[in-house]
Amino acid sequence: MTAFLVVLVIILFGVAVWQMNRIFQMSKPDRSDTSEIASEKDNNLHGYLMLGFIFFIYILLIVCFWKWSEVLLPVSASEHGLEIDQLMLVSMILIFITGIFTEWLLFYFAFKYRGIKNKKALFYADNHKLEFIWTIIPVIVLAGLIIYGLFTWTEIMDINTDDDPLVVELYAYQFDWRARYAGEDNTLGEANVRLIEGVNQLGVDISDPNAQDDIVVNELHLPLGRKVLFKMRSQDVLHSAYMPHFRAQMNCVPGMVTQFAFTPIMTTQEMRQEDHIINKVKKINYLRRKESIKLAAKGEEPLEPYEFDYLLLCNKICGSNHYNMQMKIIVETLEEYNVWIAQQATLAETLKK
Amino acid sequence: MSEQANDHEVDHHDDHGHHHKETFITKYVFSQDHKMISRQYLITGLFMGVIGIAMSMLFRLQLAWPDKQFTVYEIFLGKWGEDGVMDPNIYLALVTIHGTIMVFFVLTAGLSGTFSNLLIPLQIGARDMASGFLNMLSYWLFFLSSVIMVLSLFVEAGPASSGWTIYPPLSALPQAIPGSGTGMTLWLVSMAIFIASSLLAALNYIVTVINLRTKGMSMTRLPLTIWSFFITAIIGVVSFPVLLSAVLMLIMDRSFGTSFFLSDIYIAGEVLHNQGGSPVLFEHLFWFLGHPEVYIVILPAMGIVSEIMATNSRKPIFGYRAMIASILAIAFLSTIVWGHHMFVTGMNPFLGSVFTFTTLLIAIPSAVKAFNWITTLWKGNLQMNTAMLFSIGFVSTFISGGLTGIILGDSALDINVHDTYFVVAHFHLVMGISALYGLFAGIYHWFSKMFEGRMLNKNLGYVHFWITAIGAYGVFFPMHFIGMAGLPRRYYTNTNFPYFDDLADINVVITLFALFAAVGQLVFMYNFIHSIFYGKKGPKNPWKSTTLEWTAKVKHIHGNWDGPIPHVHRWSYDYSKMNKDRSDYVIPGQDYIPQDIPLQENEDELQN
Repeated sequence: MTAFLVVLVIILFGVAVWQMNRIFQMSKPDRSDTSEIASEKDNNLHGYLMLGFIFFIYILLIVCFWKWSEVLLPVSASEHGLEIDQLMLVSMILIFITGIFTEWLLFYFAFKYRGIKNKKALFYADNHKLEFIWTIIPVIVLAGLIIYGLFTWTEIMDINTDDDPLVVELYAYQFDWRARYAGEDNTLGEANVRLIEGVNQLGVDISDPNAQDDIVVNELHLPLGRKVLFKMRSQDVLHSAYMPHFRAQMNCVPGMVTQFAFTPIMTTQEMRQEDHIINKVKKINYLRRKESIKLAAKGEEPLEPYEFDYLLLCNKICGSNHYNMQMKIIVETLEEYNVWIAQQATLAETLKK
Repeated sequence: MSEQANDHEVDHHDDHGHHHKETFITKYVFSQDHKMISRQYLITGLFMGVIGIAMSMLFRLQLAWPDKQFTVYEIFLGKWGEDGVMDPNIYLALVTIHGTIMVFFVLTAGLSGTFSNLLIPLQIGARDMASGFLNMLSYWLFFLSSVIMVLSLFVEAGPASSGWTIYPPLSALPQAIPGSGTGMTLWLVSMAIFIASSLLAALNYIVTVINLRTKGMSMTRLPLTIWSFFITAIIGVVSFPVLLSAVLMLIMDRSFGTSFFLSDIYIAGEVLHNQGGSPVLFEHLFWFLGHPEVYIVILPAMGIVSEIMATNSRKPIFGYRAMIASILAIAFLSTIVWGHHMFVTGMNPFLGSVFTFTTLLIAIPSAVKAFNWITTLWKGNLQMNTAMLFSIGFVSTFISGGLTGIILGDSALDINVHDTYFVVAHFHLVMGISALYGLFAGIYHWFSKMFEGRMLNKNLGYVHFWITAIGAYGVFFPMHFIGMAGLPRRYYTNTNFPYFDDLADINVVITLFALFAAVGQLVFMYNFIHSIFYGKKGPKNPWKSTTLEWTAKVKHIHGNWDGPIPHVHRWSYDYSKMNKDRSDYVIPGQDYIPQDIPLQENEDELQN
């Protein structure tokens, strides 16, 4: 409330100053003055600055790529992701060419045709041929992009169970994730938040026979090369299951089940060997060591060295800890996966305890 | 028919002007004069803009230096910034209110409200808006909604903090986030009033443009500013009511136990009774407004830029009819693309395909506009006034921000950049910065019209432009990189787990550019306030422009023109038109022909 009063006082003070100024203003004579209109000197200076500005944009672009290419996502770890990356590359090349070209025209014209006294501008109101050209070119280019994009999209979103995907439920709640594997029968048991009780955190219907072999874990393990069909649920508010390395994302919506499927094609180990990731990890560890020295000076524990892991992030604003709602994903060979899954307790076993 | 109506207006207003003695209240507070209302919109809008931009500075500090303590948090945020550490909830509140204020209060009301009010009557040759009373009502509703929005910053549990898109259930449940208590209630009330205000305003603009054009001012002689305000108003009337319905349903869900948007929720240890609602429904309703909204923001800026570019290039706008056609095409398409915000919400993938198709189509009219602006510069005689610089800046950011839209509008590509900083960078460039440039261009250009001949200082204006231009690209170009690195938006900090640690230096660079750009805005604030009182008085038509507003009296009078309303004999873009034997301009020694000058003998008649 004090803060509000302070603001109020400031506003009222402003009004007072305003009114006082009006009184001063009324006592001054009127005169007309062209000094606030661009002179020839201004035209010249800002024409050159426009030319300078296009180079500023180009240099900014080059510096950003040169310095920060390494922070970008590594090669896709999922099958469909390769297609997305391909489409991304095509679109990016296209927009860079268009952007660099049109920005050049804009600023170069601004420079070239800067005002000069007594120069006559060209009265040029229309040219249907020109306008037709720059309507039809975007039409053709975009038609190509749209068709390419739609094929990719349909392929990714055409989710079917013909090739026997591994069914996994991703369960989101404030502020963590759980994964529920469908178990031996590869069929998830029915679930509803109304059934949440005690250890049955996900509200699985315990009487459902399909639910007995379900396995609930808080670390996602995926076998290499097998398609995974994710069924997403949320317990409270909207969340979004974002797996950037797999080019995968789908919102988790309370009251409905959403889905997304992909096939992992690189194990965590393989990804760690990628040059891009090696460099990234090296840089992060360098930063962490620097931070550790500072911490040590304060007598606190140093940071542990970082090792790369795939992440599942929440990407829909969901509350105060949104920024830390994540889960580790491990992609491993089928054998490793089978060993791991065999060690996990099924729902029936957990509930018996 | 409209001619008769006009004559009637004239008589009425002339009478009107002579008999009323204006008091302080009717002149400055509850004014029904469009010029005063436009100033009220502008100053309220800028005041809100100061709050909105100041908020962005606070959260940029947090993003760049998450582990540092800043006393400035404690000063501005009080209990949420204790010991100079920002609370995660208030971070979300800051981004929410920043978005709300900038989109609705600054760029919708501040831009469209200011310039529609100022220019529609003056440029079409009318004494005032069709209904001065509705116009006044619309401003005061806007003012009320601004007051409520600002008040909501001071409530106990904090202001609304579920993002400017206020997706339920987060926005519906105070258990989910404290800001969804009283703060959210006030947000919703404020927005409901805001919508009422913008509907009243929009209906008024539409009626005025259709009915009150002066003799000779056919639709194809209108300046592009008027076309864009007119179409903007129509989009507003079509889409804002849908947001109102969404807001009302959300109020019902929050306060009266309905389940429009809520279903199967377990929160804070208990199951809620709500069943059968769908948050996706809310998203549809929200974006049915939300997407046209970005065109409500950008179209007026486009109109302003077209007008200023033609004037300062001393050339007609290139492809006048194509410009109108593209405004119409953009307006139509804008109402059928909302689903591109929802590709990964669980919406049917087939719908995703449809929306990809319609969305990418928008690139076509946008490309036409961009090329037409560039061609308008070609072989011109560019007068580098501040407004012109901002207009060129507008085209630049509109192109560079618009191009990344091709990535985001493509459903397949959107999967991986959805809700990352890539989106933030995209829409800030294409609608945020571009629309702000439009606003600044308009202010620099029409300041002398608004403030009775006083002009903004040009050198401060130049400083303002170059700082803003460098700052804007410096902030938003690097931001694409952190988005492409996979960093989600609305993260209080990205250093809680190590994967994004290497983005820290990019975030620092962005924040430094943001602070730099903010300093530029202080220059503008100073220039603006100072020039209102001490600005030099320029000539009546400082930019040598053809449109009607420059024929009106410099001193504000009710009714705009002292004598009869001027009649219009030509379109508004007769710049540098040559006479028949190409020896000189049509009017010797003057490179522009105001719209109220009849067709000359030595002049070719063109289609306009």
